[in-house]
Amino acid sequence: MSAALTLTLKMVPVQRIDLSALTPDTLANKTVTEIAAIQLPYGKKQIAVADTFNLSGSDPSRLTIRNSHAKLDHIGARMQSGSITVEGDAGSYLGFQMRGGQLTVKGNVDAYAASGLAGGLLHIQGNAGDFLAAAIVGDKKGMQGGTVIVTGNAGARAGDQMRRGILLIEGNTGDYCASRMLAGTIGVLGRVGKYAGYGMRRGTLLLHSTPELHATLRDCGTHNLPFLRLMFKSFGQLPGRFATLNGSRAHRYAGDIANDGKGEILILE
Amino acid sequence: MIINGVQIDDTFAEAFNMRATRVIITAQNLCWAHHAASAMTGFATSVIGCGVEAGIEREISPEHTPDGRPGVSVLLFAMGSAVLMKQLETRMGQCVLTCPTAAAFSGIEGSSDTVTRIGLGRNLRFFGDGFQISKQFGGKRYWRVPVMDGEFLTEETTGMVRAIGGGNFLVLAISQPQALAACEAAIEAMRKVPSVIMPFPGGVVRSGSKVGSRYKSMFASTNDAFCPTLKGLTRTELSADIESVMEIVIDGLTEVAIRKATYAGIAAVCALGAQNGIKRISAGNYGGKLGQFQMHLHDIMTDASLKEDNA
Repeated sequence: MSAALTLTLKMVPVQRIDLSALTPDTLANKTVTEIAAIQLPYGKKQIAVADTFNLSGSDPSRLTIRNSHAKLDHIGARMQSGSITVEGDAGSYLGFQMRGGQLTVKGNVDAYAASGLAGGLLHIQGNAGDFLAAAIVGDKKGMQGGTVIVTGNAGARAGDQMRRGILLIEGNTGDYCASRMLAGTIGVLGRVGKYAGYGMRRGTLLLHSTPELHATLRDCGTHNLPFLRLMFKSFGQLPGRFATLNGSRAHRYAGDIANDGKGEILILE
Repeated sequence: MIINGVQIDDTFAEAFNMRATRVIITAQNLCWAHHAASAMTGFATSVIGCGVEAGIEREISPEHTPDGRPGVSVLLFAMGSAVLMKQLETRMGQCVLTCPTAAAFSGIEGSSDTVTRIGLGRNLRFFGDGFQISKQFGGKRYWRVPVMDGEFLTEETTGMVRAIGGGNFLVLAISQPQALAACEAAIEAMRKVPSVIMPFPGGVVRSGSKVGSRYKSMFASTNDAFCPTLKGLTRTELSADIESVMEIVIDGLTEVAIRKATYAGIAAVCALGAQNGIKRISAGNYGGKLGQFQMHLHDIMTDASLKEDNA
């Protein structure tokens, strides 16, 4: 088995670089020479991979990006298989429309991470910016499936218009968490900001402490909910703190009744 | 072939292609899981009049159920997939949805050439009147239906497979109580075999049938050749000392499972043996003309691989 293809950033980007051409699927069956010659959008120009990174190894199914930078956008975009490991920060649109495989970032990421993500596992071992798992401007649906784990904090609008899938945030989020949520499950171990569940249609927001809730989220009392035990069991294989969640008792707030009102915020006991 | 004084007829049971599914029912405790399962598998002795043949396969300990609560597994068998799907939905809605603390999960996983996904809770969600909630995780979809006791949790689908029904053997005894005791012992042994059910009351049928009738509207009637009170009147299969015959019918997910259950049952009957009034073991068939499977008793009783400590 050949060594993982490793791209080590060797310049400091002035403009943003679009890395969507560099995934295990798009690089499969390409030689290192061909990969080095790929042109990446760089601001309004282009830059060759060879001028951006030092390359080593050759197996693109396990791609590693070293010395990564916050201006490297679209890492893992539309990836379907294999793994990408990012050592350092990443830019915006991380894992955009990702379909499968595993994407791990050992650093912080910018806005719109996991937008349109439909499958696979995205693990951000740092903080995420605004609009995590949300629809990009002009789209009506955010994350569509798969699993996203954030070890640190997330910004505002985490899960905005999320359509399906599991989004787990170990830290805090900004305001408008789960706003306009269409369905799926978001879990936050830390605090959420104001207006959580704003305009929620369906979906579940799991919390540990009761935030300040706006008026159209309705108290439905405390209950034993059997599905929680099952769902926590399914988290058992995931990295991070959500793997050890247990229990089935939660205080339920239904809403947002200003929208369809079939969503819920569950405060775990 | 004679085992402990019991003659094993050199004959075969004739069995048929069926479709089957398995459901796992859990509840707050085993008692209530049994209530739900018994209701769901009630009135399901024969496809002729009940649509399905169904029964409780086994109990499942909390460590092995999807939600970590005590549970049982039930098997349902039908002649066709449409009947099975419809019966499953009806029985789920009337017997599991209604039972306090009960939840239902798929008992057969996957989707392939051999496994078809069929609706388990899929159409029950409408009982939630718009308040139902879908949750997808672990590659499965579940429905949460708000009900008065809390939430009814069910998986959306379960698996349907091709299966076999009509495996059987007959116990011929010199008295009715001894025939019954032998069958009770057989059923107790057979309940330890996975993937099978014995759908008749207590697992035993006393009214074995034959094809045909003098009455045009009936296609089956009493198996007069094995009726003890008609020994002098009909072309009897019974010797003079036989006073009672009972039959055990077995439906199973595989031929091997039925053969294992048959072996376990006959072995238990023969353990009681001639000294407990059991004279003969036979089996029912239609000359091999109707069914797709023939399970020969002698093959089964000489097959050492069928005798095992149950998995």
